[in-house]
Amino acid sequence: MEGLTVADANLTVYIHPSNAKKVKDALLRQLSSLLFKYDENFDGVILAYEIKFESKDAKILPGLHPLFGVKLKANLLLFQPKVNELLEGKVVKLGKECIHVIILGFSSATIMSEDIREEFKFRIKHGVEVFASSAHKRHVIKTGSFIRFLVKSLDVDILHVNGSLIPSNTGCIHWLSRYGTEDISKIDRSLKRPRPIEEQDPEAIVDLSLNSNHHRKSHKRTVSLSQMG
Amino acid sequence: MGVELLNNEVAMADIDEPCFSDSETAAYVIEALEGVSKVPSVIAPADRDQYDNLLCILDPTKEMHFQDEALLVVALRTLTQAVHKINPVFHGELLNNIFDMNVWKYGPDTVSTLLELIACLAAVADKFLDTCLHMLVNNFEPHRRLKSSNHQRSLARKEEVHSQLHTVMHYISELVPLAPMKLKYIIDLKMPKCTDSKEVIIVFVDCMLGLENDEIGEFLGGALLAKVVDLLTDLDVNISWEDILQEDTNKGIFDMELEDVEENADGLIGRKSVEEYGVLNGNAFADKLDGLMVAVCKHLTIWASNGRLEAVFANLKEAFRRSVLNAYKSKFAQFVMFYACSLDPDTCGQEFAFMLRDIFLSRTETPISRMSAVGYLASYLSRAKFISTSLAVDILKSLVDWCFEYCQCHNDPEKIINPKANRIFYAGCQAVMYTLCFHMRSIVDDPQLKSKLLGMPLQPILHHALSPLKVCLPSIVHEFLRQVKAANLCKKSVSLFSENLLESDFSKAFGGVERLDMFFPFDPYLLKESDSFIRPNFKFWSSVKTTYSNCNSEDEEDYEDLDVPDFAEIGCFSENHKIETDSDEEDDDDDDNNNDNDLELSMNKMSITPKHSFNPHLMGKQQFPARMPARIRPSVSPP
Repeated sequence: MEGLTVADANLTVYIHPSNAKKVKDALLRQLSSLLFKYDENFDGVILAYEIKFESKDAKILPGLHPLFGVKLKANLLLFQPKVNELLEGKVVKLGKECIHVIILGFSSATIMSEDIREEFKFRIKHGVEVFASSAHKRHVIKTGSFIRFLVKSLDVDILHVNGSLIPSNTGCIHWLSRYGTEDISKIDRSLKRPRPIEEQDPEAIVDLSLNSNHHRKSHKRTVSLSQMG
Repeated sequence: MGVELLNNEVAMADIDEPCFSDSETAAYVIEALEGVSKVPSVIAPADRDQYDNLLCILDPTKEMHFQDEALLVVALRTLTQAVHKINPVFHGELLNNIFDMNVWKYGPDTVSTLLELIACLAAVADKFLDTCLHMLVNNFEPHRRLKSSNHQRSLARKEEVHSQLHTVMHYISELVPLAPMKLKYIIDLKMPKCTDSKEVIIVFVDCMLGLENDEIGEFLGGALLAKVVDLLTDLDVNISWEDILQEDTNKGIFDMELEDVEENADGLIGRKSVEEYGVLNGNAFADKLDGLMVAVCKHLTIWASNGRLEAVFANLKEAFRRSVLNAYKSKFAQFVMFYACSLDPDTCGQEFAFMLRDIFLSRTETPISRMSAVGYLASYLSRAKFISTSLAVDILKSLVDWCFEYCQCHNDPEKIINPKANRIFYAGCQAVMYTLCFHMRSIVDDPQLKSKLLGMPLQPILHHALSPLKVCLPSIVHEFLRQVKAANLCKKSVSLFSENLLESDFSKAFGGVERLDMFFPFDPYLLKESDSFIRPNFKFWSSVKTTYSNCNSEDEEDYEDLDVPDFAEIGCFSENHKIETDSDEEDDDDDDNNNDNDLELSMNKMSITPKHSFNPHLMGKQQFPARMPARIRPSVSPP
């Protein structure tokens, strides 16, 4: 699945003096408020973070509110879906007109019937609504299956993705991993569903960390967050 | 499916074409939609007519007859199948019609079809989610849009419509997991203000709190509840103290309440007494607050019965702390906490007390917060029937320990009394005394608790150079000392001074402009409808057994005998009273003067209970200095 990146960030978090006694709590609270919300600074959504303090010192801001800035290094797991990327998700509802998918358990996607390639036909098999491929008998999409699809457009505000199943390398992951074209199987043969980084096999982690190195420069930025107690 | 067939038949009859299948109607609608999906100049007139026909069927302002409604159901159902053809650019009018529909107007089948369509629209990526949620929230209550004739009918369907709305919102949040985030924002926008009509507020809040039962409620983590508490506080602060105390200015001074004792003695009282006073009668805000309290209390009861109370209570506590605690002399909103605690005294009841205690003991809170917290604590421990004496003693111990520590840190005998500088200390002392006034008897009756009480360093605090006895409200001090004396707890005799004053300059000073010295938030509740939730767990001063009320006898019946006649007959009461007035005539004079010329003083009385159930002009003739709670007044000769 694309759209997931690990980034190193240098952050400065501004803490209100009333929280001076519990700086760590205040920091975590401040960072947690960013979770699952689109943030322009990161051009995506923070799914998880890990923080390391650089030093014990903090700089006091002059001004009306004497906030103090705590510098820290953070390791962020970001979800940055882009148009024309391939995402994966679980089908939660399927009807003749559209397929509803949930990505990573929080972001939703819809694939309208006009964005489903001709190959797939809507059928009701044994009382279950499915999209079955006419080319490959076993290629079936039904409620509960995990599918890979292309991002057509998205509403970053609420992470609502408009997806497409037109390209041939999209469809049910289970089937793709077995019978899909060669380059798809290369990417992740065993991947049946999106999993958190930690659980993935070592190869994937190496791959991701390489990926993150690659991205490191672009994501190294100082983000200022101010917290008003 | 049966309903569907029926509706189809009607639709067919209307269109005059005998056999239309579901798919054919769908095709017709899709054709109508596609026909206008072009630049306006190239739309064929026939297509335009077809589309206009559809618009007419979906007209939200039309009076609906059976046939129209059946047609509407068919149109909505086929639109549900053709959602992907709807384009906000070309079908703006159609969408407007759909989103303007009022679910309170239609029958249950129509509503469920309409909501199905809304759910489908909401799930379409990137287009309609916002408008769909707006539409749903608009439909939380019917009143802003319906004519008054329909009110009763729609109110009868409240439960049904609300549950349908909840179902569809649940469904949307399943398809779009982050939808509740938007929903919260929209509810924020649409939330009724305290100036809206009572019906609007109550129906809306009712529906909103229903969401709390759902996963949506969990997702929003108490944000909904916090809004409701904010609204309660808003309404509360709009009721002025003048409204409550309008008739009290010429009466005596009370710091504890004097509720209608005569009726209370035989347990008949109830709401009648409150109504009789006419207090708050016709006050619009009080009326709204009353209704809202009923709605909130009902939901609390439901949560308690399905085991969600604990989760909700955590949020409620936060909301209380944020908006009620520091609201200037909040009058009724805090009783939501009281009721929630009474539903689960063992966990919630204790948690609330501990939270208040922790705020008071915390060094980082502002002095105002700490003082109101301790005011709440004292009032809560005293008034809640469900609070055990042992819990009260435990909490008192921590308060006393804090006061003692404070005394040791301020051990400069040369310093003159400075109430303002040590106001937190005085607030703490007063809270201890106030609570003890209510609990002293039950503590003394229990040897274990009594030894705990005797173990507390109360004496050094009271005799300390800061002299809390001089600074705290004289009436509380007086009552406290009286009980202490009767219980023989104090070896050193304490001199009484200015015992008849409700307040002294000192107490005024430590209370500050906010008059936190006289803040007893859980004084008797005055709202009629919601009173039934509060009353069963509320301890009135008249039912409190004091240490001196029957010091000669342990027997319950003797006690009753001693008390009841005093309150049943005014004559008897005043006679009894006279004995006492003789003994402190001077102070009474002070008292009266005080009454006459200090109106503001009366308004600041913390007791918001109306004063007398007795005939007021009778009272006037007697020149009855009613400064203490009635139950205590009838004098029993000092031991």
